[in-house]
Amino acid sequence: MKRELPLFLTAVIGIFMILSFFVPHQLVSVPADFLQQCAVIMVAFGYVLGGANVLRVNFDGIYKQKPGWIYKIVLVVALIATVVVGAVEGPGFLNPGTRSKWIYDNIYSNMSATMFALLAFFIASAAFRAFRIRTAEAGLLAVAALIVMLGRVPLSNALTGWLPEWARLQTVQEWIMEFPQNAAKRAILMGAALGVMATGLRVILGLERSYLSGED
Amino acid sequence: MSLATFFEKLDRRWIFLAMGLLVLFPLLFPLALPLFVSSPVASFVKAVDSIPDGSKVLMSCDYDPSGIPEMVPMTRTALRHLLDKKCKVIITVLWNGGPGLVDKVVRKVVDEEYPDLKYGVDYVNLGYKAGDEAVMVLMGQGIVNAFPKDYRGSDTRSMPIMRGVRDYSSFPMLVNISSGYPGTKEWVQQVQARFHLPMVAGVTAVSAPEFYPYLQSGQLLGLLGGMAGAAEYEKARGEKGSATRGMDAQSLAHFFVAFCILLGNVVQWTKRRRAGA
Amino acid sequence: MRACGVPAPAPAPAAPPGVTAALVAVLFLGLIVTAAVAAPPEPPSGLVWQDVPNDAGRAVMLEWKPSPADSARRVTAYVLERATAPGGPWTFVDSVTADKHEKKDQGVRRNTEYYYRVTASGPDGLTPALSVTGPVMAKSEWFNRTRWSVLVAIAMFFAFVLWFISQAQAGKKPFVRRIPGIDAIEEAVGRATEMGRGVLFVPGIRDINDIQTVAGLVILESVARLTAKYETPITVPVTYPIPFTIAEEMVKGGYLHAGRADQYDPNSVRFISPEQFAYVAAVTGIMLRERPAAHIFMGAFYAESLLLAETGFATGAIQVAATANVHQLPFFVVACDYTLIGEELYAASAYLSGDPKLVGSLKGGDLLKIAAIIVVVVGCVLESGHIHWLTQWMVTQ
Repeated sequence: MKRELPLFLTAVIGIFMILSFFVPHQLVSVPADFLQQCAVIMVAFGYVLGGANVLRVNFDGIYKQKPGWIYKIVLVVALIATVVVGAVEGPGFLNPGTRSKWIYDNIYSNMSATMFALLAFFIASAAFRAFRIRTAEAGLLAVAALIVMLGRVPLSNALTGWLPEWARLQTVQEWIMEFPQNAAKRAILMGAALGVMATGLRVILGLERSYLSGED
Repeated sequence: MSLATFFEKLDRRWIFLAMGLLVLFPLLFPLALPLFVSSPVASFVKAVDSIPDGSKVLMSCDYDPSGIPEMVPMTRTALRHLLDKKCKVIITVLWNGGPGLVDKVVRKVVDEEYPDLKYGVDYVNLGYKAGDEAVMVLMGQGIVNAFPKDYRGSDTRSMPIMRGVRDYSSFPMLVNISSGYPGTKEWVQQVQARFHLPMVAGVTAVSAPEFYPYLQSGQLLGLLGGMAGAAEYEKARGEKGSATRGMDAQSLAHFFVAFCILLGNVVQWTKRRRAGA
Repeated sequence: MRACGVPAPAPAPAAPPGVTAALVAVLFLGLIVTAAVAAPPEPPSGLVWQDVPNDAGRAVMLEWKPSPADSARRVTAYVLERATAPGGPWTFVDSVTADKHEKKDQGVRRNTEYYYRVTASGPDGLTPALSVTGPVMAKSEWFNRTRWSVLVAIAMFFAFVLWFISQAQAGKKPFVRRIPGIDAIEEAVGRATEMGRGVLFVPGIRDINDIQTVAGLVILESVARLTAKYETPITVPVTYPIPFTIAEEMVKGGYLHAGRADQYDPNSVRFISPEQFAYVAAVTGIMLRERPAAHIFMGAFYAESLLLAETGFATGAIQVAATANVHQLPFFVVACDYTLIGEELYAASAYLSGDPKLVGSLKGGDLLKIAAIIVVVVGCVLESGHIHWLTQWMVTQ
């Protein structure tokens, strides 16, 4: 029963949700809408579960003084402080002037943007190290990449702005983006969509049972 | 040591330093490079221009602080565009790290440039709701049901701006600014395809190629791609914002990456030729 | 033509009769002209209704002919009202601007009779309605007729998959080409074992509602079996709570299947954070501190893909990546030793397990792809010949 019931529920709800796409009648649409709302509630509750897990794992690491346990203390203190401050400040906790807003603006926002900014450096080093033209196809890819990369910035307008419009880097890169790139993207999108359908079907039909547990 | 060997063994931190300096220099000494408006951006502008003045427009800002450089300029310019048309803007945020940032951006634009506008009458920030696509579908049954309280905790039902707003049919357009999931793709799949709500989008540069099929099929009426798209939008609107200023830095960064690709290959060819010889 | 109610002025005393009459006539004409200009617009006509198809009976479409005053710009809006009886009481539904002559009322209850009327509103007032239309009833439909094409595609897909599954179960296992990236996983685990270091498995950064996460977690079970067999430590950092609990079960299950249940370490699976860059900071920290020799990235990735892959490359680890997020593939291709592209991630579980039922579903998907290609080619040819029925049949609402 431990495996059969979840499999049965998955199949019934999965088929029902597929049905709701085709049947607008209230006998199907009303329960389907209710299930959608349940999904919203479950996702929100998941954050509570996540917080509890973080505390459990990190308290364990601190207690056993595992490598880097000092950083675990920093993490736990930051987590508890942020949650307590936000809870005390109530629904308007991110209004201007609140402590939560200060944490958000001066800590979270900046750290998040900093991590994202690292990408610029890593792209340069990856481009230098790994983009090797070993075959004709790779050469074609490199030429297209250079045209698109350069064509998307105003410096290319300064360099090729004097050419006829069809020959400017920006025009050529627009053509590459609109036609060959678009065609390839569409094909990959369709293939990936079929892959999603296949995997979803395997889950609904109970062929893929991995999400239940590792036992067969 | 030959030049090729020197570059081959080069510590990547020198590359990081060069990139950092090239990005910093034009921010301190602007180059004012010329911008031309590309056709996806022109389509975006035309689509927003076609919204009847005074309409209520749904604007979904789905990003967090990591998307500031690309998304915030788009948000500002789009908000100005709509407010200049006297549209009433209803803002939602589907990223849990985003509401504070979006609220800050919106407040700054309105307080500094449209001080006569009133919150709850001319614009509202409905804030964040967990659920990703489920929220999009829920909004199709009723916006107020999906967001009974706004970002500031006030009751949305009693707000003048929400009077007469039922579901997506109450809006002539959706303006979506998004930097990942949930975002433009989900809005197209769940809302544009189902409810046929006309839609324009601003996305990150790295994901822009993914949305060209939607642009070509007409599911998106316009597309802003990354900071370049934001800068072109500013140019089309006659503004000079942070995106325009950032394009100088991005230009040099792109050229540097192109240089790294070429240099890396020259080093490789030289090495192979030596090995062959 | 009705007067506007302004009383005529009293005749001036002692004025000549002819002048008085002329004055009165002029005044009267003036009143008539003023009344003509100030009168409310004529009402609209021809109000008709239609049940909105393919819905749950919650909407009715109403259309009317514009007021004759519309062309003279004396109409600013049309006002739609609804009642449950022909005589009222009337409830305001909505108003539309003068250029619109239709309105969808989405606030009706199904199988309930309603009556509608529409009036025109101008600067000088609201005209009474010319007529009432009804009874109007919105009906719930059992099938959305615009979605036939999707139903046909799904039915074909089911049929193909079930056919190949039955073929596979009858002993005719379909051929699946070699996927080097998946074969490389065992090589990667082996190399980590030789170096005496661990394996890092990253199942993407999305929640369990993303099929890529499901696909990644399925592969985790196979990887956990390998690490159990070779007695190599495995670390699995996870972003969301539900994949976290499933990842724990997958690793535990892998160790159980390998007969090494006692060697399972409960701290091998770690919940980190749903925040993208907080997660990547933690994972790159694990890479740099613990130095696993093999990195396996299988799932949905976004901007953090290059950060993970480049940091991993810098540590000298062998890296295998798979994602269906096409915009991140270039970064993995550049920085990883093996990359699985798009559907290869979804095929991995079938490939690894070799289960005929799973392999059969792969072949079903391939056949549907061939059908899609045929439809695209046929559609292009038809559209080029200005024949639109296929395209129109495939448009859904």
